[in-house]
Amino acid sequence: MSQAFLYALVGMGLFTLGLYALIIHVHILRKILAVNVMGSGVFLVLVALAARGQNTQPDPVPHAMVITGIVVAVSATALALSLMLKVNAATGRPELSDSE
Amino acid sequence: MIKPVAKQILFRLPLQVLLLTLLTGLCYAVMSVPSGVSGLGERVAQNLKTSGVENPVTAVLINFRGYDTLLEMGVLLLALLGVWSLGDAPEGRDTRPGPVLDSLTRLLVPILILVAGYLLWVGAHAPGGAFQAGSMLGAAGVLLFLSGWRLGERYLRLTLRVMLVTGLGVFVVVGTVPLLVGRLFLEYPAPFAGALILLIETAATLSIGVALTALFLGGRQAAGPDK
Repeated sequence: MSQAFLYALVGMGLFTLGLYALIIHVHILRKILAVNVMGSGVFLVLVALAARGQNTQPDPVPHAMVITGIVVAVSATALALSLMLKVNAATGRPELSDSE
Repeated sequence: MIKPVAKQILFRLPLQVLLLTLLTGLCYAVMSVPSGVSGLGERVAQNLKTSGVENPVTAVLINFRGYDTLLEMGVLLLALLGVWSLGDAPEGRDTRPGPVLDSLTRLLVPILILVAGYLLWVGAHAPGGAFQAGSMLGAAGVLLFLSGWRLGERYLRLTLRVMLVTGLGVFVVVGTVPLLVGRLFLEYPAPFAGALILLIETAATLSIGVALTALFLGGRQAAGPDK
């Protein structure tokens, strides 16, 4: 097993941890952070698997995809945070309630 | 009626088991990816000479998969439109920075802009490029805003919007011109590819920096990004 796979497994762990936090937490900020942790896990997997070949240069295509993904993640996070502030201002609670 | 604690355990235990199963499956999937396959790296290396830059990541980003990057600039702009459509920016408190913060900002912001320029230029042959440089500019804008600098009212309307759309606009124009002479969308002629990529990246850096600062401010027009 090469080092790249170790990083990829850590990335999978981050993804699963983020998914768990996304499901159990109610506060929207925690959910947004959880989605970001999940995204970081996916980026780690992509970057790690790009370098899995022995003694070769890392594959640049996944690296470029990660750069694109980071910018999209930042934009989505900013939009989500703005929406969270609006929810907080409208209901007084930073939570999404499905009842009442 | 189940007690809340018991209910929580009843809910969380199956969830943890489920997620552990998912993790095992994902790990199995990752481990069964064949190693020793070079992927697209070889093809990129073969065509690197015609791309106009020497850094393979930049070549993929702006040239080979330029369409992705073009759409990504669109996503950044759309997110900003979404944030702006939610209303005005919260009133930033008018902070008076202390002398240390003030002089540190005056020192740091030119350095940040210089580093952004360096990253933009070095992106042609080493790790770097428009997004790294743009986030440097965004950090400079956020730093200026947090230490009490504000942009004049007259820059907030047209100038700000022009700077925001420059990146996407230049990209679309450079991508469309080859269509007029019978080539493909985003197909840069090899002799000019390097210059065109630098042009696109410069415009994109500016737009990304301004857009990130504007996203940080979180709203329309109350206070624009400082540049």
